[in-house]
Amino acid sequence: MDLLNAFIVLANFVLVPAISYGSQLALGALGVTLIYGILRFSNFAHGDTMAFGAMCTILVTWLLQSWGLSLGPLPTALLALPFGILGCVALLLLTDRLVYRFYRAQKAKPVILVIVSMGVMFILNGLVRFVIGTSDQDFTDGERFIISARDFKTLTGLDEGLAIRTTQGITVVTAVVVVAALFWFLNRTRTGKSMRAYSDNEDLALLSGINPERVVLYSWVIVGALATIAGVLYGLDKGFSPFTYFQLLLPIFASAILGGLGNPLGAIAGGFVVAFSEVTITYAWKKVLTYALPEDLAPDSLVQLLSTDYKFAVSFVILIIVLLFRPTGLFQGKSL
Amino acid sequence: MSETLRNTALFALAAGLIVLTGMFQSWNTALQIVNMGLVSAVMALGVNLQWGFAGLFNVGVVGFVALGGLATVLVAAQPVPEAWAAGGLRVFAGLALGAASITAAALAFRYLRGGVARALAMLVILFGGFFAFRAVFDPGVAAIEAVNPATSGFLGGLGLPVILAWPVGGLLAAGAAWIIGKSALGLRSDYLAIATLGIAEIIIAILKNEDWLSRGVKNVIGLPRPVPYEIDLQRDAEFVSRAEGYGMDPVLASTLYVKLAYAGLFAVVLVILLWMAQRALHSPWGRMMRAIRDNEVAAEAMGKDVTRRHLQVFILGSAVCGIAGAMMTTLDGQLTPGTYNPLRFTFLVWVMVIVGGSGNNFGAVLGGFLIWFLWIQVEPMGLWLMQLLTSGMAEGSALKSHLIDSAAHMRLLTMGVIMLLMLRFAPRGLIPEK
Repeated sequence: MDLLNAFIVLANFVLVPAISYGSQLALGALGVTLIYGILRFSNFAHGDTMAFGAMCTILVTWLLQSWGLSLGPLPTALLALPFGILGCVALLLLTDRLVYRFYRAQKAKPVILVIVSMGVMFILNGLVRFVIGTSDQDFTDGERFIISARDFKTLTGLDEGLAIRTTQGITVVTAVVVVAALFWFLNRTRTGKSMRAYSDNEDLALLSGINPERVVLYSWVIVGALATIAGVLYGLDKGFSPFTYFQLLLPIFASAILGGLGNPLGAIAGGFVVAFSEVTITYAWKKVLTYALPEDLAPDSLVQLLSTDYKFAVSFVILIIVLLFRPTGLFQGKSL
Repeated sequence: MSETLRNTALFALAAGLIVLTGMFQSWNTALQIVNMGLVSAVMALGVNLQWGFAGLFNVGVVGFVALGGLATVLVAAQPVPEAWAAGGLRVFAGLALGAASITAAALAFRYLRGGVARALAMLVILFGGFFAFRAVFDPGVAAIEAVNPATSGFLGGLGLPVILAWPVGGLLAAGAAWIIGKSALGLRSDYLAIATLGIAEIIIAILKNEDWLSRGVKNVIGLPRPVPYEIDLQRDAEFVSRAEGYGMDPVLASTLYVKLAYAGLFAVVLVILLWMAQRALHSPWGRMMRAIRDNEVAAEAMGKDVTRRHLQVFILGSAVCGIAGAMMTTLDGQLTPGTYNPLRFTFLVWVMVIVGGSGNNFGAVLGGFLIWFLWIQVEPMGLWLMQLLTSGMAEGSALKSHLIDSAAHMRLLTMGVIMLLMLRFAPRGLIPEK
């Protein structure tokens, strides 16, 4: 029974990756939930918006790297991030002007907007593949580990090592900073309050003199920033490939719906719940149990509940359970 | 111009484009376009049933099509006796255990009083059931996959005539649609979209990973077909003499004959489904469904169980997509789970429905043929266009080669732009709903 080693293995293979993945999902789900709250439709193009933002950042990163600029131990992509955000926001404002504004003026049914967003998704997907190609792109540079497994073992003298990658650390720090900034904006500034008012009750907000086009503009800007940051963090951590962002749609929507569509706090909570569920259910617990249990109870098989091929089945089952038992989500969604 | 004349002209345009392909490229290509166009028309008919009758947005078409393909394997492939002996019973016992535990949990939910005790009971049933299922199921799967993994490694099918697979595909898809519909209908339309997106991913993941069922990514080849093989026709003296009597090369004649035979079969299925859909449209049931779609609140006030009606239509539409999936796998003669790509199926079928005319069955069929034709022809046209655009650039320039390589991705972009343009400027499609 070696609980300390068991905990280190757990932390290394479950806790740290789940926290990192949960932050990425939380940022993605925040974007989806904001669009739902203010523009009142589920944006199927969000995954490919993240891909587009990440693509812009990658292109600028390559440019900076070719000029020899770097950020020392941190990835150069962080320097390129503001430009990626600018590119993504420009694209979102363009699609809003060209595509969504027409249906908003017509007060079209939400399902029409979802179909239109599906069309936008495929255009964005084609655009990203057209510009950057279909192969994986590795744009991480800088120091790879905050603490590597070997250093940890020498520091503590334990058998098992805990490795924390720089990208994972950056993900958590960035997520905390972004979420704090977002909540400060929504709660403490007039614009944020007007956005919340518009989301809560559109007619009363208009009666109070709030400019709806301004609210929509600010929400697209925020969503563009959130999507780019989420996309870049995911790409830094797990590598960039245009196809993976479409598949991220399911966990992101599962997180948003679990937390309650329209509720930012719910999106964050949902993101972490989905991430932890995915990681714990597809993890092979044999090593942890071998350390934690007495000798004769140690398991022979891998003790893996679901194979990693069925990662997305976990988000799907969570989604179905939420839809069956509590469709409004954990935090009573549909209001900012 | 009267409406019938306009619609006939549109269909004639589609036919004309295919004839032009035959004349300028090859008749085999044209007939291949016709066959896949017929399959796509059936898919579009199914999606149109859900969208036009009930306003349901199904983003998981590819999953139902894949289930149709699986049905073809399960019905028509030859059974593998060693695999059945090695693990068949265990696998089915395991599946039965899993289904029993889910049913037990559902019954516990229905019959126990709400509270912590009920939630705990359900958790215990589900967890216990899951572990029991894995304990029985996994060894069976390992045994089956160990039998001749290079050439089979799966259970095989029932060895029945392949035409039977088509309705069975519809039934399988209907089953999956029932599960999704029960969970996600009656809520916001966005939830149904996300749930169908999820089920499609799960179904494709199952097809790709459960080797004992579908050989996964090793693919099932050599599925029987309902029409003769070209090679048998070429060996048949009577066929050869008839072909030479027409002045045709027997090889060409055999390929054309086989494709025409498929086209005939598919056309029969399409006509039957179209006739049924049209009868449904003009029936009291159809009028009720569209009335529910147009004003759900009033329908509920009149006492209509909207969720049940939506479930009916959702199941029917998905069953039609399953039939199309079985037809497609029969045409290919193999099941390749890797080709079930949401972009290629779900998205394309939606473009067909929207461009052809949502809410109109003939519109869906027209959309099926036109968009399929465009999908096939955009690739060579896109390449030609890109070469024209880059002809001014220097040979071997990186930009030029990148642009030409990326011409393949123009397909999706073009389809997306077409769909958005139709939604914006002609949302009712080419043949609008009456």
